[in-house]
Formats: sequence, structure tokens, C-alpha cells
Amino acid sequence: MEKELWKGNEAIAEAAIRAGCDCFFGYPITPQSEVPEYLSLHMPQHGKTFVQAESEVAAINMVYGAAGSGMRAMTSSSSPGVSLKQEGITYLAGAELPAVIVNCMRGGPGLGTIQPAQGDYFQATRGGGNGDYRTVVLAPSNIQEAVDFVQEAFDIADQYRNPVVVLADGLIGQMMEPIEWHDVPKRKLPAKDWATTGRKGRDHHNIINSLYIDPNECDDFNAHLAKKYQLIKENEVRWDTKDTDDAELLITAYGTPARIVLTALEQLRAAGVKAGLFRPISLWPFPEKPLHDLAGQSHIKAILDVEMSIDGQMIDDVRLGVEGQKPISYLGHAGGVIPTVDEMVEAGKKALKEAE
Amino acid sequence: MKKEIIISGFGGQGGLAIGKNLAEAGMAEGMNVTWAPSYGPEMRGGTANCSVVLSDKPVGSPIFNHPTELIAMNEPSLEKFEAGVVPGGIVFVNSSVVTDKVSRPDLTAYYIPCAEIADEVGNPKVGNMVMLGAYVAATKVLKTETIEVMIHEMFTGAKAKLVPLNIEAFHRGMACIR
Repeated sequence: MEKELWKGNEAIAEAAIRAGCDCFFGYPITPQSEVPEYLSLHMPQHGKTFVQAESEVAAINMVYGAAGSGMRAMTSSSSPGVSLKQEGITYLAGAELPAVIVNCMRGGPGLGTIQPAQGDYFQATRGGGNGDYRTVVLAPSNIQEAVDFVQEAFDIADQYRNPVVVLADGLIGQMMEPIEWHDVPKRKLPAKDWATTGRKGRDHHNIINSLYIDPNECDDFNAHLAKKYQLIKENEVRWDTKDTDDAELLITAYGTPARIVLTALEQLRAAGVKAGLFRPISLWPFPEKPLHDLAGQSHIKAILDVEMSIDGQMIDDVRLGVEGQKPISYLGHAGGVIPTVDEMVEAGKKALKEAE
Repeated sequence: MKKEIIISGFGGQGGLAIGKNLAEAGMAEGMNVTWAPSYGPEMRGGTANCSVVLSDKPVGSPIFNHPTELIAMNEPSLEKFEAGVVPGGIVFVNSSVVTDKVSRPDLTAYYIPCAEIADEVGNPKVGNMVMLGAYVAATKVLKTETIEVMIHEMFTGAKAKLVPLNIEAFHRGMACIR
């Protein structure tokens, strides 16, 4: 298949169209503005709906409405904008509506900076909104993955009637890389017989709601959600590894830092350090058991977590997975500064030395 | 083979386009490539740069501190990036704009009068194509024909008349390297 050079944000937008996205609602913010820009031109050409909403809050509530009527709906934004959408996301989860939310993370907190960062890990994996809900979170490490995951995210959302977050960062959004538009496996999806598309001869109206006045009903509904989340945990855990078979130093990283680690691994190996990478792809559900099993291997001496976050956020999940079997150290920057290969090599050597 | 190239200049000088051309041509020759721009307020009137990787292996980091080659389209770019170039690396200087010389003796420096050559060719906009020619001739990392095919694909329809102009600018840039 022929490779094409695509900018990350435009590729994400095109992927949504190819996944059959019916409606996109968004609001511009750097570094993801090329997503709505591209869709504003191309969605109408495909007979689909593009709306630049008056705000991020409006956009996510338009997603709620469209998803409730059975449409494939998506919004995208960057960190401060995704914060504004959190109320809408918990309502989507509470009403069990499928939707895709793309976050091209930038530095924070607050307005922060427009450069790449990963400070929204907690928000994405713990739920920035209220209540006991979860969103599936997929973290691409390059543009090909961003394209594949966006397409699959629509299927995952429909399969489980749950919002799915594609958690990218400013670098993935802004850079260009060759990709292939190969066929992403399509899932067998249940009919959307719950959608508010009119009564159509049924004996009841479909109602989309997240309000339960009776606490027992609300408790039952939460138990139902918990069962669904358990199913997702069983079926949707994803991760990747590189050079871990004999690794003494195990680096954990996701997204952009994970691809930079690949270069650091080459340099570490050239310097005689047996280093490998464990890369979570689904941040929720987190690949806890695979990490636990790998960390338990006797050849692993030390673990280094690398993130674009000042003290680390994913490192909490890494600790839960590793369960104290091996020492864990950390390297990270926030505020739009990207950890360098040199820093990773140095931190990796130091982590290994301290473990010995 | 792995080339890590920084191209830097004022917005409008075509620096980001040179980077994109290198990435496109590298991809056409089956290489693994990435193009990563600096983005932010500096792009509005100030200096913008991009990082390009051309490699025979999959690209890990798309950004780097030590380029194998630097293309400096303006003075601040030379000031900012010269120190980071790998020992023995190459610096291409747009001498139409930059009066400073490369100070490190270990670097190979080429001074390319992009604007003058572009004017001679007949269009001030093709200065970046001149620089692309210089890069290709000096590094031999890409085939001349690949660039020519790419130029044909870039300018089609009403713009097809710009093809000979751009190819001439490219060859004039190549001729600067002896």
C-alpha cells in the first residue's frame, strides 16, 4: 500500500471521516486546530455535519445530542478545552452514549502553554467529571496509530456505549509522517435500538438520561456500569514492548516520549546497557498484569518511567502494576518541554546503578 | 543512514517547505521520515524552524538537539543552532540574508546566495528550491530525479508552468556545491 505524508491533526480528522463519523462539533485551540479546520472543509463534502460551536461546553453537549440520536459523533480539543468538556463527558458516560473525544495535550495547568505535554493523564484515566465512570483511553505514539485508533475508537464506543478518549499530544498533532490508509478491522456492533430516533411503532419512547431519583435505582445503574467496565478491562487492554527479553533496565512510557525512548534504547544498547520499553497503549484499562509479569522477570533490575509531566502521572499506574517488585525512578518535564534522548540515556544508567 | 536536519528561517522564506520537500522526497525513495515544526507565537513574524529525519530505519525521536545538517535561512537561525550541530556536520547558510560566517572550524560551510539566484532565475519565491538543490548536491542523500518528479507533482494544472522555473532554481542550487 502506498505511503502518504500526513500531518497528525489532519490525519486524525480524515480518520474520523473514514470511520463514518456523522457529526463533528468543536472549537479551535492550538495545537489541535487543524482537526476542525480539515473537517470544516471535508465533512460537508461527505454529506456530514460540521459545527464550530460557540464554546467547548456547547460542542460536547452537541456531541451528547447527536450521540443520543444514534449518530457517530466526535469532538476534539486540547487540554484547557478538554477540561471544559468534562461535565459533558460524565453525562455521556452516565447516559451510556458512545462518542469519541480527541485530546492533543499541551502544557498546563490553566492555560499553560501550547507546546506538547502529558499532564492530562489523570483527567483522562480517572475521569475529570463527577461520579463512578470510566472512559476508554487510547494513546497513540505515532501518526499511523493515531489514525488507526481514531477509527477503532468509534467501534469501541459503539460496542460498549461509552465515550472513548484518544489521548495524543501537540507533537503528534503538529508533525508529519508517512502513513498507510489500511483497513482497520471493523467490529460486529449491536444495533442502536436505544437511540432517540422517534417511536416508530414501539410501545415506548426511548429516553436518554443520567438522572435517577431513587437511590436504589442509581445504585443498580452504577452496578451495571461497573459490570461493563469489568468487561472492558477483560477485553480492551493493549500494550507494546521493545527489546524486553533480556532487558535489565525497563523504561515505561506512552505517546510521544515512548517513540523518543526507541532512540534512547539504541544508544543505551550501543553503550552496553540492556534496555527495553514497556509501552501502555490503553491507558484505561491499564495493562497492569502484563507489566506486573514483566517486572517480575529476574533479568529486570530497575524501572524508569518517562513522561511529559513534572512528577509523573502514569507512574501511579506503573507502581500499581509493578507492586514493589523492582525500584522505579522517574524522568519528566512539563510545560511543553520534551524529554531528550540524552536525558533518557543518563537517567536510565543512573536508575540501573542505583538498583545495584 | 540517518540524517537529522534543522531548517530555520523567517516565516515566508520557505524553510518549512524545504523540510517538507526533503521528507516527501525521502518517503518517495523508501526512507523512514518525519517532519516536526516548531509551532507557536514565533511563527508570526519571527523565526520558525522544523526538524526532519531521513533514515533507513524506523524513526524514534522526531526531534533532536544535534543536527547532522543545519540550513540557516536567516541570521538568528545560525546563531541559535550552529553550536548544536554534530562535529563534522554541514551548515548551509543563506548568504543573501546572513552576513555572519560559520565560526566552528570542524563544520563544512556552504554559502548559498538564495535570493540573488532566485532573482536571476526570474522569481524571488524559488529561493528555497535553490537551497534544496544545495542540500541534495552536498549530501547526495536524495536522487536528483526524485526531486524533479516531486516538483512535477507539486505544480499541476494552472501551476504547471512553474515547473521549469523550480527545476532551474534547484539545479542552480546544486551548482553552488563544488
